[in-house]
Amino acid sequence: MRLAPRPMRRDQSGDMMGEVLLDSEFPGTTDGVRSALAAVESALTADGAASGAAPAAELVLAEVLNNVVEHALAEAEQGSRFGLRLSAGPETIAVDVRDRGAPMPGGMAPAGKRPDVNVDLADLPEGGFGWYLIREIAQDLHYARENGENHLAFWLPLAEPAGA
Amino acid sequence: MEMTSSERGGDLVVRVDEGRIDAAIAVKFKDEMRALIRGPHPRTVLDMSSVDFLDSSGLGAVVAVLKEAGSDKGLVLAGLTTNVEKVFRLTRMDTVFTIFPDVEHAFGATADAS
Repeated sequence: MRLAPRPMRRDQSGDMMGEVLLDSEFPGTTDGVRSALAAVESALTADGAASGAAPAAELVLAEVLNNVVEHALAEAEQGSRFGLRLSAGPETIAVDVRDRGAPMPGGMAPAGKRPDVNVDLADLPEGGFGWYLIREIAQDLHYARENGENHLAFWLPLAEPAGA
Repeated sequence: MEMTSSERGGDLVVRVDEGRIDAAIAVKFKDEMRALIRGPHPRTVLDMSSVDFLDSSGLGAVVAVLKEAGSDKGLVLAGLTTNVEKVFRLTRMDTVFTIFPDVEHAFGATADAS
């Protein structure tokens, strides 16, 4: 399956986005997620300026891609894939994730409220952290459903903010 | 799922010999830990110093093990690496777990190693 060609994008200042660090498709499985994360790590660490963003990128993309595989592509045909593109600007990494699976429920990316951990031991949440982590780390996150395709786009800062 | 368990001072020490606790192995990790903590040891120290990466599935599995251990059989964590510690901190789970810098600190670590 080929994903639709993506239109040229511009960053917030109107400049064309920077150098493409990774533009690839991966199998829509947990092993495919591992392969994608390994590719993200090597693409970012190979780029001196981007290497500081690697841990945050790996965490946020693990959550995004696990959701793609476990939800969007859960009922998809065998051999489904997702697309992942990273490009480097002067101070940010732009991330685009595409798949042709089921749309987000309600047509919106979840708000990602932090689960309450100030509860009795037996009531501690074992899930619900994924979208909270995505929203904490990803900046300017946009979700769109276009021509049967899910498109999630966001930014990561090249340098982690102090105290993060 | 590679883990090494040993006894120390009546407690169980479990070292995770995997670089990642992620969606691919979270269920295996949870099942194997649940079996281990059913033993007679009053406390389990989970040594995570080899784990460089933990996602929300892995975090959920560690929480499930804490709940299985219950309040009378305690599970404590040791040796969280930078990336793993960040996940605990962002989710406030660092306020729920007892976390030691390493296994030695979980056993007092006041004695001079020399």
